[in-house]
Amino acid sequence: MAAPHETGKGLSQGARNALPLMLFMIIGFAAPLLTVIAYSFMPPRSFGLTRAPTLDNYADIFASNSYISFGWSMLFAALTVALLALICYPIAYGMARLFGRWSPILTLLFTIPLFVSENVRLYGWILFLIKNGVLLGTLKSWFGIEPESILFTPGVVLLGMVYVYLPFMLFPMTLGVSMVPNETREAARDLGASRWQVFREVELPLSMPGIMIGLLLTFVLAVGAIAEAKVLGGQTIIPITHDIEIAFTYAQNWPLGAALAVLLMIVVGTLVMLVLKRFDLDAILGKR
Amino acid sequence: MTDRGRRALIWAWTLAVLVFLYLPALCILLASLTASRYFLFPIQKWGLDWWRKTFESLEIRQLFANSITIAFCVMVVAVVIAFFGALAFARYNWKGRTVFQKIVLLPIFFPQSVLGLALLLWFNAIGIQTSWMTAIFAHLVWIIPVVTLVISIQVYSFDPALEEAAFDLGASRWQVFREVTLPVLLPGIVSGAFFAFLLSWGNFPLSLFTTGADATIPKYLYAKMVAGYTPGVPVLGTVSTFGAALLLLGGYWLVTLRRRAQS
Repeated sequence: MAAPHETGKGLSQGARNALPLMLFMIIGFAAPLLTVIAYSFMPPRSFGLTRAPTLDNYADIFASNSYISFGWSMLFAALTVALLALICYPIAYGMARLFGRWSPILTLLFTIPLFVSENVRLYGWILFLIKNGVLLGTLKSWFGIEPESILFTPGVVLLGMVYVYLPFMLFPMTLGVSMVPNETREAARDLGASRWQVFREVELPLSMPGIMIGLLLTFVLAVGAIAEAKVLGGQTIIPITHDIEIAFTYAQNWPLGAALAVLLMIVVGTLVMLVLKRFDLDAILGKR
Repeated sequence: MTDRGRRALIWAWTLAVLVFLYLPALCILLASLTASRYFLFPIQKWGLDWWRKTFESLEIRQLFANSITIAFCVMVVAVVIAFFGALAFARYNWKGRTVFQKIVLLPIFFPQSVLGLALLLWFNAIGIQTSWMTAIFAHLVWIIPVVTLVISIQVYSFDPALEEAAFDLGASRWQVFREVTLPVLLPGIVSGAFFAFLLSWGNFPLSLFTTGADATIPKYLYAKMVAGYTPGVPVLGTVSTFGAALLLLGGYWLVTLRRRAQS
């Protein structure tokens, strides 16, 4: 589709439309990331960018036990993603195939929590799970039993993460599942494929782009999660984001925090690049 | 399993997950309605005292003003930039398009807490004091790409032949934009605006690092939560939950009305 009234001189029409956004991304995204990278090479505890660069911060990190926090963050993000994939697939399938005219209103109901700050929603879980809260209070007054609260355990942190990131898995997945043409599925059935075969050979591969986007998005968000461990976990696990925040606040060691952030960015960036490279965004977003 | 049984199972599962999703909001609502200083369930004494106290507080009014101002500015700027961004993303075939599409996605696929910190360092490096204004900028970095995607979905279903027809009929570039492009893309722009406002309204990780001495409602709530229980937290939590729900349901209702009026 050639743009009408193509002038031929200077930027193409597409580039001209992209220009404001690109400029914004340079000053709002690229420049801040470069600043973080620059800070990570400053001597420990410096607050400016004018000193001679060093690798001290990275050496400090590799000598310290930050890898434990990295491990927690990765492990919890991976668990969150796996659980979400299992929880969301049936719903995504229903949204794309079964719910029909109910789909829009259900989508809306799944969207609303997205717009409420995550810490408010996590706070609701505290009220539900805390001693004398909604769950334990009810158990006590109805059945007279008083189990220990499960609040402030790693399991609850996982619950919080699954809960907060659910829509981010559900929507791309729904998009993916609705990309599978009905004819293909029916053709497979007609050719004698079992339900499991249809799922494995047709359904899953064809909805993969949407599913992968969902997996990637939730993983990235979950690796960067900070509020869940703090609000629900009561510091039983320390994610890497917490280490980074501590370096910037209490420890007042910006270069160390920056170096940790750079390492996190490298992990996340590599993953994102690897996955995004393989997909044609036009096909995912454009096909209706 | 029969088709019917499977269907029922999927419905049941979906509704169960929705209950799971709304359970905390319900707890917050309950907690905001107790009359006592501490939350004990089952609630002994109900009351609206904490609602009154919360809304009489000048500090909280200031928070509301901050949050709304930030969300409104974010919405306006994001929709304008993202509108043109979406045209570049989905409408025109140009050389840098696939690269551009990936650049747009990067901030979305990026841990927000790290982005907030990066922006803080950047503001500090160029000597800008953080305040509610820098928070607007920070929100935009994340929200413009989201809104671009939202509008892009609408742009994909837009038929460029409409524009060409208008040009052939002698319309000027501005007329085509105002009479054809804008009205056709309006639903996408409106949902983009909703997304922008609400995502900014509820954002915590970016605000945490970039609002400086000013606070937004999510940031204030976080500070209160970490410090200990106060019944003002459930009240504000309820307000922000129901505010978002009302705004979205209202928007959805308007869109359906419009669609009905058109058909």
